[in-house]
Amino acid sequence: MNPTWSRFNITSIVLGFAFLYLPIVLLVVFSFNESKLVTVWGGFSTKWYVSLFHNQGLMDATWVTARVAVISATVATVLGTLAALTLTRYTRFKGRMLFSGMVFAPLVMPEVITGLSLLLLFVAVGLDRGFLTVTLAHITLTMCFVAVVVQSRLMTFDRSLEEAAMDLGAPPVKTFFQITLPVIMPAIVSGWMLAFTLSLDDLVIASFTSGPGATTLPMKIYSQVRLGVTPEINAACTILIAVVAVGVIIASLANKRREVQRQRDEQAAQRG
Amino acid sequence: MSNAAVTAATTSSAADEGKSALARLGEAFVGRLVIIIPYLWLVFFFLIPFVIVFKISLSQTAIAIPPYTPVLGFGDGLSGLLNQLKQLSIDNYTWLTQDALYVNAYVTSVIVAAISTVLTLLVGYPIAYGMARAPATLRPTLLMLVILPFWTSFLIRVYAWIGILKPEGLLNQLLLATGVINQPLIILNTYTAIFIGIVYSYLPFMVLPLYSALEKMDYSLIEAAKDLGCPPTSAFWKITFPLSLPGVIAGCLLVFIPAVGEFVIPDLLGGSQTLMIGKTLWNEFFANRDWPVSSAVAVILLLLLIVPIMLFQRAQARAQEQDK
Repeated sequence: MNPTWSRFNITSIVLGFAFLYLPIVLLVVFSFNESKLVTVWGGFSTKWYVSLFHNQGLMDATWVTARVAVISATVATVLGTLAALTLTRYTRFKGRMLFSGMVFAPLVMPEVITGLSLLLLFVAVGLDRGFLTVTLAHITLTMCFVAVVVQSRLMTFDRSLEEAAMDLGAPPVKTFFQITLPVIMPAIVSGWMLAFTLSLDDLVIASFTSGPGATTLPMKIYSQVRLGVTPEINAACTILIAVVAVGVIIASLANKRREVQRQRDEQAAQRG
Repeated sequence: MSNAAVTAATTSSAADEGKSALARLGEAFVGRLVIIIPYLWLVFFFLIPFVIVFKISLSQTAIAIPPYTPVLGFGDGLSGLLNQLKQLSIDNYTWLTQDALYVNAYVTSVIVAAISTVLTLLVGYPIAYGMARAPATLRPTLLMLVILPFWTSFLIRVYAWIGILKPEGLLNQLLLATGVINQPLIILNTYTAIFIGIVYSYLPFMVLPLYSALEKMDYSLIEAAKDLGCPPTSAFWKITFPLSLPGVIAGCLLVFIPAVGEFVIPDLLGGSQTLMIGKTLWNEFFANRDWPVSSAVAVILLLLLIVPIMLFQRAQARAQEQDK
């Protein structure tokens, strides 16, 4: 197609990807280091993983983080999908400008501002800081990312499918659940995954809105990093990376299978 | 139920007439809910918090729970509220302008973010360009590879650089071993480390909009320019770059705005020698427990960013229009 994929293009891609991946690869490699010094290789060992599982504080934080991430991603997916529908389907209503502003602004808003403002809200309404407040904060942040992902799928959605269903007498709500929802499902799933990983990652907003007993994994990692770099943190990071990587690979494989299935269905339909 | 409902709706249109008034009311209500639920959520958890931040930025620090005064409320009736309103003052803002620390932090943050944005553009453009020109079969994989680091934790990716940039770190080991340098370079805890951290962390945000702009470009334009004797460099500046401008703008805003208020990167890679406003706000809040001053810092930071944020909104809205 493009005969002009030059050596320059290939070099810049290779260098770019090396820059993106080398630090992560090094981090993973040094999690298997025998030596306590993170940067000097002392032989292969998995002892840091063992000591990780005996670190009660870290395990507690992992459990808190996983629960926050699952709950907030699920609620954010519902709210974000509704927001995406609002943005694409209702082009004229009072306060639409404000609404789209409130959806897009959190994407670029510095986290310190979002974190501080949410904390002050929770204090003002007298909500004790803890599990609930972190979850509410994460829902608010991640629903906007879900909205953007789902919205971009809705833009390319062929609305004649919905019109056909409605012409055949299906009420709008039913049309939504039987026609629209299945078609935008891949976008909703990747929205959920994005929300999940964003919640899993977040340090700044969680630090502001969390309270005693609800320390999340990034908060724990951060406080340990401040004390010094240890292979144990490398091991914790490697496990997090592995979890996310497995999730992404499964999702993309499922997507591919769905795509192949769809193509087969289409061919079958054409053959009649 | 589904088939029965469809048949009922299509066969007996007369009976349908009577039912549909109520049904339509129901549909309208559901339609409203689609708007109202996310709307109210964002008003309550995004808009109102800003109002509270602004209010507290006008309060005074106090040794109490919550640690500021006055706490606005109707506890003492309307006159009590008016009395409390009189206690609000702009002292915190005068304090911010008088203390050179804060002014320096704002100016440095904007400069660091601007330089990092330019660097990210310089690193990201060749990558996005190379991807857009790659064989079409390879492009989804390349795109996936750019997105993948975005899925791994921000904190972890910044942390990874500590081990590389330390004086006894991997980069210095490599450079010393190959004889490029005799003395370890001091990179960690300098602004250079912050630049590297921002470019590295925000690179996918730059590459993705650039790629989507460049991929849409019609390459026959370049061929036409070449046929007409235009050298490749000037063809790039006259055709490719202007056409990729929407991507350049979107990418730069996506990097610049969060980078100004960045906390994790300056804190972990910049050390105590560097000054950025996100870190100042964090310290004001967590170390000094001064909620009113940190609120005032946040309000001014927001004012600084309001223009870039509105530009970002407009760029988003325009991209939406074009996609339709």
